[in-house]
Amino acid sequence: MGPCDRRTFLRVAGATGALAALYGCGTASRKASGHVVVVGGGYGGATAAKYLRMWSEGRVDVTLVERNARFVSCPISNLVIVGEKTLADITLGYDGLKRHGVTVVHNEAVAIDADKRSVRLADGDTLRYDRLVLSPGIDFIYDNLPGLADAAAPETVLHAWKAGPQTVALRKQLETMPDGGTYAICIPRSPYRCPPGPYERASLVAWYFRQHKPKSRVLILDANEEVVSKKALFMKVWADAYQGIVEYRPQSELRDVDVAKRTAILEFDRVRAHVLNVVPPQRAGQIAQRAGLINVNQRWCAIDWLSMESTAVKGIHVLGDATFPAPTMPKSGHIANQQGKLAAAAIVNLLAGQPPSDQPLAVNTCYSFVDNRNVIHVASVHAYDAATGTLQPVKGAGGVSASPNEVEGRFALAWAKNIWGDMLC
Amino acid sequence: MKTAFVAALAIVAGHAGLAPAPVLAVDTDLARNLAATCANCHGTNGRSLGGMETLAGVDKDRLLAKLREFRSGAKPATIMHQISKGYSEAQLELIAVWFAAQK
Ligand code: HEC
Repeated sequence: MGPCDRRTFLRVAGATGALAALYGCGTASRKASGHVVVVGGGYGGATAAKYLRMWSEGRVDVTLVERNARFVSCPISNLVIVGEKTLADITLGYDGLKRHGVTVVHNEAVAIDADKRSVRLADGDTLRYDRLVLSPGIDFIYDNLPGLADAAAPETVLHAWKAGPQTVALRKQLETMPDGGTYAICIPRSPYRCPPGPYERASLVAWYFRQHKPKSRVLILDANEEVVSKKALFMKVWADAYQGIVEYRPQSELRDVDVAKRTAILEFDRVRAHVLNVVPPQRAGQIAQRAGLINVNQRWCAIDWLSMESTAVKGIHVLGDATFPAPTMPKSGHIANQQGKLAAAAIVNLLAGQPPSDQPLAVNTCYSFVDNRNVIHVASVHAYDAATGTLQPVKGAGGVSASPNEVEGRFALAWAKNIWGDMLC
Repeated sequence: MKTAFVAALAIVAGHAGLAPAPVLAVDTDLARNLAATCANCHGTNGRSLGGMETLAGVDKDRLLAKLREFRSGAKPATIMHQISKGYSEAQLELIAVWFAAQK
């Protein structure tokens, strides 16, 4: 049974009128019309595509361009790496979006012409749009890690920072590693995708070692000054539950990698590991660069927070990890989903000739497993502040778990189920 | 677990009540948009796919009472005490009315 099967509404997408009846009534939605192309079917893009259909009551045509046949979730993928979940558990198809009337094109967007308002696909086809949503995710920057250009790198030194084949490959490396070996994870400077993700992964690998390879250790080589998310909670877990297994080294930026020797080269040190897991530095996905959208630190796309529209190119809305974030806003799947809705609401208004809402609001939650059952969260609420022209964290709201607990272990899995449904069902 | 909840509540209680956002009448879809910020966890339009409470069709006063209890700390929670404080009373009311109207 797939995750969308329990849907009791909208099993069949019919004509505009029928959809309008099912979606209920909005205001701008009655007048909106046009064609929106969404590039990238992850947490941001898939959500935008679905909500554009829903909130326009089926009046706005939506085409989703996604290169992969299926969506594989990064959140929960660390449980696959330690054998608690399978890749199938975190993989979903795009049929749910098709039922919403989204045209799904499995292809790659290779060029954008903002003047002609068109997107060229790898197969030569061209899609015209009234508004474009770009949710391209991240690309890795290898400029300062020349060793990773080694042909053997993709099989030897994995990132597993885009869920899929590398997730499974890292699982295999850990399984075949001899007891007494070292797993090292290299964390780039912030900002990067999923701030607590590397620490969750290190904790879960330590949990796996404690069960199956008790003489092995986990070494965290962090380019940052300190743990960048849920610091006190993670440090306590490592000191208590994983004492003697986890070693944390801050200010340990990776200078290069010797792939053949599985060695991390630091400024003053070389660290050889049995399993070397490098999360490389990141920037907005390549199509954002080609479209001229990257305008912050040569890495990220600045946007107008009222509309999610690029500040560099009109008519293009950018979502998710590719954006230059608002203060304290993390690059997370949860935030990308929220941004997808902000963009959908704004675009439906714009296509109806109305201004976007003047009070966008977004919530973030990142749940992290510290073992197979116990979870800690960090949550925040971000509201638009006209004075600074961006979303600001709401004072007094948000926070972290008091300590790792199993109740939130269940909520974390429920979160995954519901957010996957919210974007794809 | 009980002590964990109490500790978490004690930390945030010190900041309670600092988050009123003015509700302007400019955004006619405001209730819908605000309610959509809950959907990641509680399901699209408040229809949960499991593991979280469904909010669709729940009586407005019941929803509001629970949200107020989360905000005040009267209702123990893992996360709702922290999330509900991100919304003003007026915003929570809009959200509750909207979910109550979903069938
Ligand atoms: C990160 C996930 C998450 C988000 C986002 C979220 N909730 Fe919750 N909600 C929960 C969890 C988990 C509980 C159970 C109580 C707890 O442990 O915090 C809950 C409980 C509730 C309850 C009590 C249900 C019952 O019958 O006991 C209500 C009402 C509620 N939430 C409303 C909302 C509203 C309204 C929003 C949006 C403003 C929202 N929630 C956003 C996770 C979430």
